[in-house]
Amino acid sequence: MTNTARFIPDRLESPLERRLKSWETLLLAVAVGIFIVNSFTSPYFLNAWNLSDMTFNFTEKAMIAFAMALLIIAGEIDLSVASIIALASTAMGAAVQVGVGTPGLVLIGLGVGLICGAFNGFLVTKMGLPSIVVTIGTMSLFRGISYIVLGDQAYRGYPSDFSFFGQGYVFWVISFEFVLFAIIALLYFVILHKTNFGRAVYAIGNNAIGAEFSGIRVARVKFILFLLTGLMSGIAAICLTSRLASTRPSIAFGWELEIVTMVVLGGVSILGGSGSIPGVVIAAFVMGLVTFGLGLLNVPGIVMSIVIGLLLIGVIALPRLWEKWRA
Amino acid sequence: MPKQILMSREVLLTGAIALLLAIIATRFPAFITPSNLANVFNDTAPLILLAIGQMIVILTRCIDLSVAANLALTGMVVSMINVAMPGLPVPIIILVAVGFGALLGMVNGILVWKLEIPPIVVTLGTMTIFRGTIFLLSEGKWINAHEFSDPFKAFPRAELLGLPLMSWIAIAAVIFFSIVMSRTTLGRAFYAAGGNPHAATYAGIDVGRTQFWAFTISGALAGLTGYLWVSRFAVAFVDLAGGFELSVVAACVIGGVAIMGGIGTVVGAMLGALFLGIISNALPVVNISPFWQLAISGGAIIIAVALNAQANREKGRIILKRAEHAT
Amino acid sequence: MLMKAEKKSEPASAENDMPVLTLNGVTKTFPGVTALSEVSLELFPGKVTALVGENGAGKSTVVKILTGIYQPNGGQIEIDGSPIRFPTAQDAGDAGVTAIHQETVLFDELSVAENVFLGHAPRGRFGLIDTSVMMDRAREILEGIGANIEPRTKLKDLGIANKHLVAIARALSIDARVVIMDEPTAALSQKEIEELYELVEELKTQGKAILFISHKFDEIFRIADSYTVFRDGALVGNGAIADVTEAELVKMMVGREVSQIFPNREHNTGDEILVVEGYEHPTEFADISFTLRRGEILGFYGLVGAGRSEFMQSLFGITRPSAGEVTIDGEREIIRSPADAVGKGIVYVPEDRGRQGAIAALPIFQNVTLPSLGRTSKNGFLKLAEEFKLAREYTERLDLRAASLDTDVGNLSGGNQQKVVIAKWLATQPKVIILDEPTKGIDIGSKAAVHEFMAELAAEGLAVIMVSSEIPEVLGMSDRVIVMREGRIAAELSGDDMAPETLVRHAAGI
Repeated sequence: MTNTARFIPDRLESPLERRLKSWETLLLAVAVGIFIVNSFTSPYFLNAWNLSDMTFNFTEKAMIAFAMALLIIAGEIDLSVASIIALASTAMGAAVQVGVGTPGLVLIGLGVGLICGAFNGFLVTKMGLPSIVVTIGTMSLFRGISYIVLGDQAYRGYPSDFSFFGQGYVFWVISFEFVLFAIIALLYFVILHKTNFGRAVYAIGNNAIGAEFSGIRVARVKFILFLLTGLMSGIAAICLTSRLASTRPSIAFGWELEIVTMVVLGGVSILGGSGSIPGVVIAAFVMGLVTFGLGLLNVPGIVMSIVIGLLLIGVIALPRLWEKWRA
Repeated sequence: MPKQILMSREVLLTGAIALLLAIIATRFPAFITPSNLANVFNDTAPLILLAIGQMIVILTRCIDLSVAANLALTGMVVSMINVAMPGLPVPIIILVAVGFGALLGMVNGILVWKLEIPPIVVTLGTMTIFRGTIFLLSEGKWINAHEFSDPFKAFPRAELLGLPLMSWIAIAAVIFFSIVMSRTTLGRAFYAAGGNPHAATYAGIDVGRTQFWAFTISGALAGLTGYLWVSRFAVAFVDLAGGFELSVVAACVIGGVAIMGGIGTVVGAMLGALFLGIISNALPVVNISPFWQLAISGGAIIIAVALNAQANREKGRIILKRAEHAT
Repeated sequence: MLMKAEKKSEPASAENDMPVLTLNGVTKTFPGVTALSEVSLELFPGKVTALVGENGAGKSTVVKILTGIYQPNGGQIEIDGSPIRFPTAQDAGDAGVTAIHQETVLFDELSVAENVFLGHAPRGRFGLIDTSVMMDRAREILEGIGANIEPRTKLKDLGIANKHLVAIARALSIDARVVIMDEPTAALSQKEIEELYELVEELKTQGKAILFISHKFDEIFRIADSYTVFRDGALVGNGAIADVTEAELVKMMVGREVSQIFPNREHNTGDEILVVEGYEHPTEFADISFTLRRGEILGFYGLVGAGRSEFMQSLFGITRPSAGEVTIDGEREIIRSPADAVGKGIVYVPEDRGRQGAIAALPIFQNVTLPSLGRTSKNGFLKLAEEFKLAREYTERLDLRAASLDTDVGNLSGGNQQKVVIAKWLATQPKVIILDEPTKGIDIGSKAAVHEFMAELAAEGLAVIMVSSEIPEVLGMSDRVIVMREGRIAAELSGDDMAPETLVRHAAGI
């Protein structure tokens, strides 16, 4: 070994430089573009209250998407999130029937979310089952329980102060849900990008065995991620139930796919190992803006799903096509 | 080798189905009369057809979440053709359905093969795009029984040797694809490409192209099922078979198909489908609310995947055995 | 059996100066890298040509070009003197070129016969695969190479040596004229290696041209007829093996003289730091007891599959032992997980660097700090400056070569990746470091550096366990050697007992 150790620079590229070349920047440009197009095509778009309404299109989904982003970065997935919403909402609805008040309802919503997350986490980390199949199973199971309880009925009669979570405003046009969304986004940003835990998530997603061999407690980290995803689904269930003021077993049906789309659109690799919270935040806005903009033009929801589907495939396919073109 | 296979998953599953039937028979003996079992089989035929296609896709380490949307879109297309040209003979309709379905499958396949986009992302996207396209085509309207031509509706119900053609098609598909999987180069390539993609490349198998053909087959079967579905129920609409893709994946998992690829049989997929079919047919007759079905199939998926994992668990190296014999 | 193959090659073996396969000035570039520049290679029927070179010299690129996985950017492949192209692996197979790979790359879920005939199975009626003919022919070929394997068995039920035989049978089944063996003995035991040599002889008499890629000089001199040396993607020498010495080959490979001398060490060992008593696992090992002192290098020798790595991974907390006790620095400990082991001062540099060692897609500094995040962070929050500082300290000590500490580990050479893994563990300030085949698959230059560094660590009082299958390395580095056989300790040797023959004798149980 020579004693003249060479100097190795910390970085060749400044973090800012890297950020400018990133997916998030591209996505932000798309979001701004959509915003501008929307404001020209509809006279109703640039209205504070309308824009505030727009945020309800994505806040609940985005809360789950942050936790889902961590889970997908770590190489797992949870397709049962929408069913957890259904189960948590059903549990809250049932509690209302026996006179539980708002604080109790919140606890029940969060508790059911955590229990469901723990169940998924147990099956994946303790029993070593593939999460995609496990959560397809629990997706049927959780919603199935809601159907058993409710059948074709609905729960209503939520207490009036419960409506604050989904319908309340903190200040002027700023809704409670939007504030909650912002706080949660910030929390997840810190968790993923600024803590040891977040570093472990990336390490696991890139090479779970290597991470285990580096002394990371892989199973524990993954279990916590499933718990978090369950918890976020519980929070989303509280907001959504409060907003709709009713619970049917079909509540939030198909949301899991929209949430995964949001995460992937946000630049998180579905194969794990990379992605960021700012990306998911921007993706949430993009999806909200598209849905809202088309809505103002009276385009039906199902057609918006074409746009979302094209967006999902397009944003991944176009860069690859471009690379092939150049090669 | 056939003996080994029969001794394992398929026999186990057949046993489970027999047990299930026996339990049902104790409460409702009429359920296991041949004519009722034939009915159950006929009801399950669409699930069997789709499960065969899905199995092939999963074998190659992919997943096709767009099958139900493909089914609905193809169903709508052939329905509209039938409405526009009532005189068009059914065999041509079937050809159109298979061809159109295959075309949709090829879209998935091309994106996976040429652009190397993860299959779950591709089919998540095409699923929503296909559904949206149905809306665009039909403007959200239903096509109802009276609008179809009689031969169009009669075909799947026509009986041959006491069984409806629908059942015969499922039986033919099981036999045909059993032969394809075990006795053709393409069939073995599906196993090789999923079992060990790296080695498959060296053995002269183009993994991407093999995946493309898997999606094409899955699409063709979905298209065929699309026609059978709309003609049997004499109705076509946007949400036809909504969420059915999950039942299809469930049938595969219950049928012993490994989600990590390389393991699975046509007979297994059929048995998995039958298992679910029997449950859904039995619930009403044994006086359990049909709302139980979702939860039961969810539970079945979880149990099945746990059992699969147990069977496929890597056996540790056995180093000591010989040493003990030697000393 | 194999009548067809023999007939085909007969005319060629009559005039031995005509190569079956020639590479003529072949170049392969990737964005930013030239993997091969204008290399040439000739393979003759009935001859074994050894392809020698350090890691990254371009050997695997040649294999991939010859088997149709890569397309060359320049130059020509010729068969029997006429140019040919292999757009796909299938085309290479059709031209009679086949490869037997490093890790047996076959299909666990398919039967032995299907593995042999995948892609070229005999067809019967309606163009369907004729299973019975396939089974018969597979049996024939397997018997021909002395393998007693039932063709209907699923591949996953075979041991590694038998899988190898299936791979060879596959090569024979396509009437190959050129057989490429890419480090075929890497995973085999001594006895299996001998059987493989016999097979190579058999293939030679059948007139097949063999390209033999190996890191082991003894086997090159034993079975090769000629050699070709690559360095940094270029041809640096070729000729008859009889006209060259080992030292000359090494010089060609590395471009300079390399002493096979191991660092001089003072055998100053301190107090007992690690005591293992009666470690046991249901299937992998039993009865493992030994002690380790500060400043000591303890070698673990044995044949591949003797249970050394399995035991080490158990000591590191990957698998749980069924019985046994560990005492570290006088404290009785139970090691439940790798995280636990690291906390108690035991670290493990795994043999499988790509899968278990480095996290390829993370930058160097994050790899280094991964197990030490507790020290570089505050209340669980990252402190990047601290991370860079720690990473710099240890990578500089190991003389890492990299563009920046922010470079992904996957972009480094094998030797430098190994340095990152070692730096990662040293940064945890361990008491015991286990190195599992630390120099396997890294170039000769890095090898010497790793050896020197091990000696340095021991001199500083770290206790080192080194698992190695290379006798010179074991003897050159260790203070004491434990030989394992079939999951048990066969011998513990020190001083004058540490001789090559003794090691081999205990390892093989003779």
